[in-house]
Amino acid sequence: MTKWFVRASLALALLLVAACHRGLDPVAFQADGRPPRLSDWHVVEVRDGKLVLNQGVVPYDLNTPLFTDYAHKLRTIWMPSGVSAKYDPTDTFDFPVGTVISKTFYYPRTADGKFSDVARTYDASKDFAGEGLDLAHVHLIETRILVRRESGWAAIPYVWKDDQSDALLARTGAVIPLTLVDDKEAREDFNYVVPDESQCSSCHAQDWVTRKIHPIGPKARHLNRDYHYATGDENELAHLMKVGYLTGAPAPADAPRNANWADERAPLDARARAYLDINCGHCHNPKGAANTTGLTLDVSVPEDRHLGICKPPVAAGRGTGDHLFDIVPGLPDDSILPFRMSSTDPGTMMPELGRSTVHREGVALIKAWIAAQSGGCVAIH
Amino acid sequence: MRKTLLFLALPLALAACHHEEQAAQSGADASFEAKLQEQLLDAKPGSVIDIPAGHYHLTRGLSLRTDGVTIKGAGMDKTVLSFKGQVVGPEGLLVNANDFTIENLALEDTKGDALKINQGKNITIRGVRVEWTGGPKTTNGAYGLYPVKTQNVLVEDSVVIGASDAGIYVGQSNTIVVRRNRAEYNVAGIEIENSVNADVYDNIATNNTGGILVFNMPNLSQAGHSTRVFKNKVYANNTDNFAAKGAAVASVPRGAGVVVNSNDKVEIFDNDIADNQTTNVIISSYFSTNYYNTKGVAADYNPYPKGIFIYDNRFKGGGDSPDGLKLKTLKTAVFGINGKFPDILWDGYVDEKTLVDGLPPASDRFCIQNGDIGVINADGPHDYKNPSTDTKPYQCTLPKLPPVVLDPEPKA
Repeated sequence: MTKWFVRASLALALLLVAACHRGLDPVAFQADGRPPRLSDWHVVEVRDGKLVLNQGVVPYDLNTPLFTDYAHKLRTIWMPSGVSAKYDPTDTFDFPVGTVISKTFYYPRTADGKFSDVARTYDASKDFAGEGLDLAHVHLIETRILVRRESGWAAIPYVWKDDQSDALLARTGAVIPLTLVDDKEAREDFNYVVPDESQCSSCHAQDWVTRKIHPIGPKARHLNRDYHYATGDENELAHLMKVGYLTGAPAPADAPRNANWADERAPLDARARAYLDINCGHCHNPKGAANTTGLTLDVSVPEDRHLGICKPPVAAGRGTGDHLFDIVPGLPDDSILPFRMSSTDPGTMMPELGRSTVHREGVALIKAWIAAQSGGCVAIH
Repeated sequence: MRKTLLFLALPLALAACHHEEQAAQSGADASFEAKLQEQLLDAKPGSVIDIPAGHYHLTRGLSLRTDGVTIKGAGMDKTVLSFKGQVVGPEGLLVNANDFTIENLALEDTKGDALKINQGKNITIRGVRVEWTGGPKTTNGAYGLYPVKTQNVLVEDSVVIGASDAGIYVGQSNTIVVRRNRAEYNVAGIEIENSVNADVYDNIATNNTGGILVFNMPNLSQAGHSTRVFKNKVYANNTDNFAAKGAAVASVPRGAGVVVNSNDKVEIFDNDIADNQTTNVIISSYFSTNYYNTKGVAADYNPYPKGIFIYDNRFKGGGDSPDGLKLKTLKTAVFGINGKFPDILWDGYVDEKTLVDGLPPASDRFCIQNGDIGVINADGPHDYKNPSTDTKPYQCTLPKLPPVVLDPEPKA
């Protein structure tokens, strides 16, 4: 009786798994090389008009994400059985060899049905089919794989085929002409740029001496938020602990947490700092590519000259926009930060990579934050 | 297929997004660009990437992150990488690697810096031409040849034209030789900034706003000192300053030959310095840049140039048409409407707290052994009210700096 019950349960469970994952092969950690197709990894794959997550592939989101031309993103993490990441309160978790992280960049489709038209919207309510994506409503652009190998992390970019059946290796990146269409039908043509493999390191090598690359998102302060899992809403840190992907995390209330940049109930300062942290801090940190500038924008930095308050630029060149200081308290239009965020000129814009359009709402946030600061920058002779 | 990689999609993208005329990328250019990107990705220590003669249009900034790679062209006028149609930047080539050599090619019209080497040791740049082909414009990229946070650096036999900040700019680096280069029509021809142990010699700097600059900026990883500027020809650097305001070099007056700002232990000798219309040599403090404010500048920053030694140079002409109202007024007040500034202008800022009997400690003095050339102390601290032409305060000598020795020696 008991035996029968166990067997029946097992059979049922297997059926369920098969039904959920539509017969996907197990996730394939690739210890070296660059597989030609995204589907070679079996992390996320297209089945029946949906992008589905394989068994054991856990989705996550960040409190405040990097801006990438209004693209929506599906982030996932997978680990082999028997290993887990070690919690760290500040840095990227220490992930075991075998970890595969994926990030799929996509857009909601527009009402006109034109494939190269993509929606400029923060509404993700129609994107999902379960934990995966509904291809009737979204247009997949690229999926980046970060894989933890014996030698360290490797970044491998894939670009989705037009027929949305799979994504192909794109080591040298791609430039994809698209048009953003907002809910008032306003249109903006732009080039969506998939970085090449080397440019991946421009952001992911957060220490330019060791040049080792790391994931940026999977840090406590970014993941300390709820996610709508198939099993219900749950804090991401708690969920990763529960499924065995993470060890050593404190209760979410005791872990650091960045604000959601778009949450108007959160303090302006916390929203702006979270925005600068994720959009700028990977280079503008004490060990990063931009430590040549003396400007630090990650969450750790005190709110003084290190953050750009009254700080003269060092090597901005024409990126100053004729302004004298990175941030002039109270005067956003005299400050270099929002000037460079408002540019799409490759020689002026910040961040240097990862966007071709201006993040209007991000610029508005940083301007409001500077406008709310008091004081001034008085030159002395 | 709409989304062919880069090479097919780009001409379209350019046409769609840029109103100004762009150099269209041909199929041959596109496949060249993709191949070069792959060569950079696949490079291993010891790899030599040979780029044959040709004029190539690139659309995206290149990058290299592997140690021990050499990039070689067929000559600075034969192998030309043009970034006129660049849509992704900011640099032409960004390098984050050790033991890097680049030689005999040209980088043209990058949107941002042309060649940036950020963090690396044993760097050789030889026979490279960087040029913004439309002449001096504020919209040109900032830096031409730009090693920053590097050690053991050689920049030689290169040419930089049109940078909207500095043509050759070595920043926050140690053990540097910059020789036999030509810098023309840049805001700053050659700039050594926050760097330690630099020899700058046998260069030609002309038609820039300022010829050769040795600067220290605040808030950076190290303060610079010990630079020797010698055997250079620094003449007629009289191009109007076309830097964006706020850029460090925006404060340099048109017509400046050699400029030291807030840097220490600088030796200027055996140069031919001529016809720079503001003045042939300027020794100045960060106070004169208008950027100094207590909130934005680290408290331990030293804004005073200390231990400056000028000797045995050949000066000629210059000083006859200084830039900016303040300097013009000063010149007229002291030397008359038809007069000219002497060869050396000092803004007059001294670190008062270190003075003993009115003089800085011996090693911090400003010394001149250059025949009977004149000096004007502009009295910057008092808004130019009491300028002085007394040369007695500079009658001293300083111990000479040792030559810079590159170790290991660069490969020939």
